Amino acid sequence: MSVAKTPVGGVSEACWAVVPLVRLRSVVCLLGRFPALAGVDLDVARGEIVLLTGPNGAGKTTLLRVLAGLLPVHRGEVEVLGQDLTIDRRAHRRGLGLVGHDTACYDDLTTRENLAFAARASGRDAANADVALERLGLTAQAGVTHGRLSAGQRRRLAIAVALCRDPQLLLLDEPHAGLDAAGRVLLDEIVAGAPGEGRTVLLASHELDLTRPLATREVAVVGGRASVLAARSVPDAPAEIPEPAK
Amino acid sequence: MSLAGEVMLVAGKDLRIEARARVTVSQVLPFGAIVLLLFAFALDPDRGRLAAVAPGLFWVAVLLAALLAIGRSFGIEQQNGARDGLRLSGIDGAAVFLGKTVAIGVQLLALEVVLGLGVAALYGVDVTSVPVLILAGLAATAGLAATGTLFGVLAAGLRTRETLLPLLLLPVITPVMLGATRAFESGLGGDASQAWPWIALLGLFAVLYLSVGVLAFGPLWEDT
Amino acid sequence: MSQRGRDQRGRDQGDQNTRLLNPLVAAGIGWATLVALVLVGLFGLWGAPPDKVQGDAQRLMYLHVPTAWLAYLAFFVTAVASALYLWPRTRARVWDRLAGVSAEVGVIFTALTLVLGSLWGRAVWGVWWAWDARLVTTAVLFFLYLGYLALRRVSGDPATGAKRNAIAALIAFIDVPIVHFSVNWWRTLHQQATVFNPALNPEIHGVMAATLWLGVLAFTLLYVFLVDRRYRLAALEDGLDDRELDRAIAARVGEVQTTGVS
Repeated sequence: MSVAKTPVGGVSEACWAVVPLVRLRSVVCLLGRFPALAGVDLDVARGEIVLLTGPNGAGKTTLLRVLAGLLPVHRGEVEVLGQDLTIDRRAHRRGLGLVGHDTACYDDLTTRENLAFAARASGRDAANADVALERLGLTAQAGVTHGRLSAGQRRRLAIAVALCRDPQLLLLDEPHAGLDAAGRVLLDEIVAGAPGEGRTVLLASHELDLTRPLATREVAVVGGRASVLAARSVPDAPAEIPEPAK
Repeated sequence: MSLAGEVMLVAGKDLRIEARARVTVSQVLPFGAIVLLLFAFALDPDRGRLAAVAPGLFWVAVLLAALLAIGRSFGIEQQNGARDGLRLSGIDGAAVFLGKTVAIGVQLLALEVVLGLGVAALYGVDVTSVPVLILAGLAATAGLAATGTLFGVLAAGLRTRETLLPLLLLPVITPVMLGATRAFESGLGGDASQAWPWIALLGLFAVLYLSVGVLAFGPLWEDT
Repeated sequence: MSQRGRDQRGRDQGDQNTRLLNPLVAAGIGWATLVALVLVGLFGLWGAPPDKVQGDAQRLMYLHVPTAWLAYLAFFVTAVASALYLWPRTRARVWDRLAGVSAEVGVIFTALTLVLGSLWGRAVWGVWWAWDARLVTTAVLFFLYLGYLALRRVSGDPATGAKRNAIAALIAFIDVPIVHFSVNWWRTLHQQATVFNPALNPEIHGVMAATLWLGVLAFTLLYVFLVDRRYRLAALEDGLDDRELDRAIAARVGEVQTTGVS
């Protein structure tokens, strides 16, 4: 794993060894007046692949959006990539990629235009767009406007958008939804290869058969709270993770 | 990337989307034109009143069309959660503000040229000073685009944004309406020298709200 | 750090205090307002002499001028409170509430100013509405703050909503001088003062001036009284919301225990 990534916000490299990449303490997050997160504690170390499981409405999406700095927290402490998000929710954003339920793309721009805009807006080279296009097998759709892409192609594009930002922290929210078999293989390769590329992954998913073998750790999110179900140090070891309690 | 680079990136993106989707050209512009036509019905063209009130009617038509253009500018950010993508890119709020202002301003200028020709043809006005019209048009458009972008983001995340935007924006831009109409009266058949104080007022308004937008847009863009 | 996290909504600052004024002071102001208003009524209707030119219609001035002054004061307070909310060191929900409450009272006083001005205009000028600079500016002001209040009503998350409202209040406030200036300019350039003939303006002296000042005092007291009452209501409503929120969080945590995980 390359540790040579430039830390965001000028934190010295020595710090990275001790400070976890993600650190949440008693985080409460409100959606309107509903406490979507009701006291989450979570630490994620560099190079981990953390699987977030839990029923619908448990707070997985909210948790990922809090980590991305898109939602303010009501109470508690949030540190991501060495930045305190209760002070500044913007500073760490150029170090992360989020694949959410939507593609965050414009309907009237083509696949390549959307990707190039995402890369350049994130301060990256527009050439990243072509690399991501090829990696996700979207080269044939490069000139197609977003509005005319199929659901599966949009999902691939969403992943490409996150990758073209060259993130240290990859946040994936149900990334398998709508992907065909080939797409799932691609996604699994990207997730499994992430630590080798210096990326840490948080992955919310219901596709446990696919994602469990990839994860170094499984965290159950239920009722707006997170608890560690199982942890493994070797990603390649066979899965021996208990079923989440009902 | 420099601030100017980011501004051009955002403005270029918005204008490219407009070039593809042509919502301003195919919907907002015809709307402005029909408003001009309806004024003629309301004010009986035979009595020669239209030429006298043409500047006011022109700017009311531009204003109504601007409301649609502003709504559209923030509407495209609601597609597929695009706004989240733009926020995640870490781009500066001031750059988003200026970029969107430039894009709205360019569209409004194009709209004003076409509607202006329409007014000249339909209402039969005499042009006395072209520089006055151009300068007043530019200054008023800058002020209109800046306040529009500012209130656009203020209302963007809210449930009642379509109805809230006009209520918030129209009282604030009273000085723009007033200044632009007076300046145009001077440039269309009036005494051109009387226009300069109004153009100065329009310029001041534009500079003031561009500065406010640069400061205030970021927090509004993040939090709403 | 944890303190900072807790303070994100300004929840912990000044929340125990649901009163703006000490209850005794508030009660004193309430009675003083009542007495002052009664005195304004007595002096305005009988104590002060009728105006030489306008006759009894001029007596509307004792209400019209104070309400107009109060409207401007109220919006000024809204602007100051909004600025204090935006300034990180003074950020507290007190300022957000005060800004909203003061704007509400201000809008009511603005409406009253317009109605009284219109009645006065009907009696003196013979028209309900004249395109006078002061009237037009006041009307724009009314809509400016009506929009602000509409915005306040649709806020989502309390913390982000408060910040948005404060910014909107300041944007509206800096517009007031420009509106005033441009409208003034417009009316003086295009129409010589026909309605505001100086000869028609009331000459103010003696009892009339005293009555006017009494009116200003009475309405200022009324403003303080109304803001204090309305503030208390707003603070209690917020307290209720907070309690509901704590209950919702507790229920959400309870959800975990009943499902058996953790």
